[in-house]
Amino acid sequence: MSAGTLYDKVWELHKVAQLPGGSTQLFIGLHLIHEVTSPQAFAALSDLGLGVRHPERTVATVDHIVPTTSQARPFADPLAEEMLSTLERNCSEHGITLHGLGSGRQGIVHVIAPELGLTQPGMTVACGDSHTSTHGAFGAIAFGIGTSQVRDVLASQSLAMNKLKVRRILVNGSLANGVAAKDLILHVIRVLGVKGGVGYAYEFAGPAIAALSMEERMTLCNMAIEGGARCGYVNPDTTTFAYLQGRPHAPCGEAWERAVAWWSSLTSGPEAVFDDEVLFDAGTIAPTVTWGITPGQGIGIDEMVPTPEQLDPEERPIAQEAYRYMDLQPGSPIAGVPVDVCFIGSCTNGRLSDLRAAAAVARGRQVAAGLKAFVVPGSEQVAAAAEAEGLDAIFRSAGFEWREPGCSMCLAMNPDRLEGRQISASSSNRNFKGRQGSASGRTLLMSPAMVAAAAIAGHVTDVRTLLDTPSTPSSR
Amino acid sequence: MSSTPFPTGPIRSCRGRTVAVVGDDIDTDRIIPARFLKCVSFEGLAAGAFADDRAELAGRHPFDRPEHQGAVLLVVNRNFGCGSSREHAPQALMRWGIRAVIGESFSEIFFGNCLAMGIPCLGLGHDEAKALQAFVAAHPEQELELDLEALELRASGGEAGAAGGEAPFWTLQLAEGPHRMLVSGQWDGTGQLVAHDSELRTTAGRLPYLAGFPA
Ligand code: SF4
Repeated sequence: MSAGTLYDKVWELHKVAQLPGGSTQLFIGLHLIHEVTSPQAFAALSDLGLGVRHPERTVATVDHIVPTTSQARPFADPLAEEMLSTLERNCSEHGITLHGLGSGRQGIVHVIAPELGLTQPGMTVACGDSHTSTHGAFGAIAFGIGTSQVRDVLASQSLAMNKLKVRRILVNGSLANGVAAKDLILHVIRVLGVKGGVGYAYEFAGPAIAALSMEERMTLCNMAIEGGARCGYVNPDTTTFAYLQGRPHAPCGEAWERAVAWWSSLTSGPEAVFDDEVLFDAGTIAPTVTWGITPGQGIGIDEMVPTPEQLDPEERPIAQEAYRYMDLQPGSPIAGVPVDVCFIGSCTNGRLSDLRAAAAVARGRQVAAGLKAFVVPGSEQVAAAAEAEGLDAIFRSAGFEWREPGCSMCLAMNPDRLEGRQISASSSNRNFKGRQGSASGRTLLMSPAMVAAAAIAGHVTDVRTLLDTPSTPSSR
Repeated sequence: MSSTPFPTGPIRSCRGRTVAVVGDDIDTDRIIPARFLKCVSFEGLAAGAFADDRAELAGRHPFDRPEHQGAVLLVVNRNFGCGSSREHAPQALMRWGIRAVIGESFSEIFFGNCLAMGIPCLGLGHDEAKALQAFVAAHPEQELELDLEALELRASGGEAGAAGGEAPFWTLQLAEGPHRMLVSGQWDGTGQLVAHDSELRTTAGRLPYLAGFPA
């Protein structure tokens, strides 16, 4: 059993009671809600005759269903409009802050909470969305929940939870040039598998993790869930504190010093005991691309789609399904696979540093003919910051579309979707069958810089070759 | 689609036909594609259950086969319900008629969503799951009886004899906590959580961030 880890300390602090079923009632410090998983929870709350216990600890935004072209109301899609107006009504009835369209603070829930300073170390964070694990980047214990649990948090600011085991993912060395946090997490999931983390919280630690920026740490923790771990976290450090200082909801003045002291006291100390530990060497990781239909089916850009013989026997049935669905041949290179659509965005890779990395590749180059490429900033703040430094212009002149913030083609609940058998290079987190809006559409997951490189080349390609040879140095 | 009422109170047993969906890592995007999430109520989700897989198989998906209509038990393999936290997935299964899921393993969020709806997710070993799926394929009309208190599944009466001598029998796994919650009827936990309000205040009182990090 783990002991002395940040996970253990935060768990102990947030315990409310032992429940008859054997689980623990855990206080939830921050509850984030959005339009998809909250309406039924509010309806259930009113059926029970209950109110919202801590409306001031609940924050809402709209992200999944918003169009990224025109966001004028009412939306063209009446169902999307109904979902947003239901959220607006629920928030106003219960006194919940809603960061709506045009507020300057709207965006993907896992992008806006960190940038507003809502997510802080040592908190418990819950949201009706599996990628809530993102907030673990701050040393919060953050997990996705279902709608019944959204109802529970609304009603009681707490949840019935069972304690997870803790696995330390210790990453030594440093990531090579052109290799991003996305490649690291795709590699970890490739090695440990999509089921490897079930029952665990992942603590990401080691020199390679300490060197990551907060945005990179968010990318990493975001996809812990893709490895089966319901939450992933990084111990807070000076990088965390520097990111938080001055943000709208971060403590300030004398409270800041006390906050830093408290946050620092929560980190996993040298005496911490883990249930398991796995070592990685960051220096050996190449830009990584998925070839299949689970996020664990990833390979380095220089590798071939694995043959059944190269796979664990248990992985072969899903690999067979993936060969068929993806129409990729075992033993063939992933580099050179042509793509139809390039999508840069999502809560994994829709932040400013992601857009910068993609823009560095796109600058002075042109999207390949016949290919659709678009960039969807993760939030209104990201969009404004990117526009202020001219990233939108770089993308536009390279032939990318520059869109309004939202989840977009990460899950295609809005009009952005693949058509038929189209294949996308996508900076999002899931390559499940049908994920991007077409029942037969195909997804290749990769870093935003790799998506930009694919857009330029028209096929999957190693971004490092483009970084080595700046195309038009004068175009800056 | 089911005429069986939705779960309420203690869940002790469940009896009826079984449907098997074979494969590991069946994610919630496959159980219910995102376009069906455009709703403000869970009603009507049954039509979305496995919608894309069913369309692809043009009537040959287990959920479309006549012999599985009215099934209340679903048998699956490993890591069922991984991916998105959408409760729409178990809601779609429940509204289609499923009252219990039996499989090799489940994603945690899916398991928790099911528990909160009174739908038990029960474990069994790899070989047992294969054997059960083979049994269901061979005897699709056979009713199975799930005894949740004893954690046993058996084929009784009817065709069981045709299955050859001894009625087949499976032992299932369920962690003690969820097991107790289901059989005692305490799986709908909102009331319990709300009842601990004074304990909740005590916890809140030791969390400095709630008070703006006071001196
Ligand atoms: S960007 Fe994608 S993964 Fe993230 S919250 Fe939106 S839909 Fe979910």
